[in-house]
Amino acid sequence: MAEDNGFEKRLKQARARQGLDPAQKTRGGLPSGSTWGVGFRAGVEVVSALIVGVALGVILDRWLGTWPWLFLVFFVVGSVAGVLNVYRLFTPRSGADRTRR
Amino acid sequence: MAVEGKTIDALSQFELTPVLGAVGRSIGFSQSNMHMLVAGLLIVALLMVGMRARAVVPGRLQASAETIYEFVQNLVVGQVGEEGKRFFPFVFTLFMFVLFGNMLGLLPYAFTYTSHIAVTFGLAFIVFVLITVVALARHGMHFFSYFFPQGAPLWLAPIIIPVEVVSYLSRPVSLSIRLFANMVAGHVMLKVFATFVVLLGGLGVIGPFVAALPLAVNIALVGFEVLVAFLQAYVFAILTSIYLHDAVHLH
Repeated sequence: MAEDNGFEKRLKQARARQGLDPAQKTRGGLPSGSTWGVGFRAGVEVVSALIVGVALGVILDRWLGTWPWLFLVFFVVGSVAGVLNVYRLFTPRSGADRTRR
Repeated sequence: MAVEGKTIDALSQFELTPVLGAVGRSIGFSQSNMHMLVAGLLIVALLMVGMRARAVVPGRLQASAETIYEFVQNLVVGQVGEEGKRFFPFVFTLFMFVLFGNMLGLLPYAFTYTSHIAVTFGLAFIVFVLITVVALARHGMHFFSYFFPQGAPLWLAPIIIPVEVVSYLSRPVSLSIRLFANMVAGHVMLKVFATFVVLLGGLGVIGPFVAALPLAVNIALVGFEVLVAFLQAYVFAILTSIYLHDAVHLH
C-alpha cells in the first residue's frame, strides 16, 4: 500500500514536470466563480482590512490618548493590508504539496 | 409580513423572536437557536441513520453521508497535507453547520442563522483562535516570523509588520462578512421580488400577467441561492483549511 502511494506521488511529480496536469494549478484553490463573485471577494477583503485597521487605530488612540494620529496611521496601514489581501487572493496558490518558498 | 401598507419590508425577516412560549422568552431562546438545534440534529441524524446499514453497496442516505465525508476529507488533506487529518473533525463540523444553516434557511418559514454577523463572526473567531493556537503550539516564538517575510530589507520592518498584523487580524472579519453578506443579500433579493409579485398581482386585470415576471425571477433566484448556499459553506471550509495550512507550515 505504501509502495502504491509512493508511485502515485512520483507519477504526479513526473506529470507535473512534463506539464501534463493542467488541472493541477487550480486544484485546491478557491473556486473561481463569476466576475461578480471575484469582485465581491476582493471588496470583502479590502473592507475587512480597513475595518480592522480603523478599529485598531481608534482603540490604540483611546488607550494612549493620541487621537487622531494613530487612527490616521492605521487607516493607511489598513488600506495597504487590504491591497495586500487582494494581491494574495489573485496570486495562484496550490495545495499542501507546493514546494516553493 | 412582507407587504405592510404597500411598502417593501425586506429586513424584518432577520428579526429574532423568542420561541417555545414563556420558557423561551425567559432564557432568550430565539428561532435562530431553534434552527441551530434542528440543523445539528439533522446532521447527526444524516450520519447516524445513514451509516447504520454499513452496506458495501450504499443506499441513498449512506451514499450522501459518505460523499460529504470524503468531500471534506479530500478538501482538508489536499490543503493542509497529511497532518491535516487531525483537523478534519473540526472542519467537517464547521462545514456541515454552515451548509445546513444555509440550506435550511431556503425553506419557507425557516430562519437563516448564518445571516447574522454575530453567528458567522463567532464561527470565524473560533477558527482564528484555533489557527493562532496551533501556530503558536507548533512553532513557538518562531510564529512571529510569519509577520516579516524572509529577505525583505530590515528598514521596511516598521511598515511591513503592522500591515501583516492587520492582514492577519482581518482574516476572521473577512471570513464572517463574506458568509453573512452573501446570505443577507440573497434573502433580501428573494423578499424584494416576492413583494413585487404581491404588489403587481393587485393591479387589476393585467396584474397576474405582470406579476409572472418577478415570479420567474424568484424561481431563478431560488436555484441560484441553493448554489450560493453550498458555495459559501465550501468557501468557509476551504479558507479554514488554507489558514490551517499556514498555521501548520508557516508560509
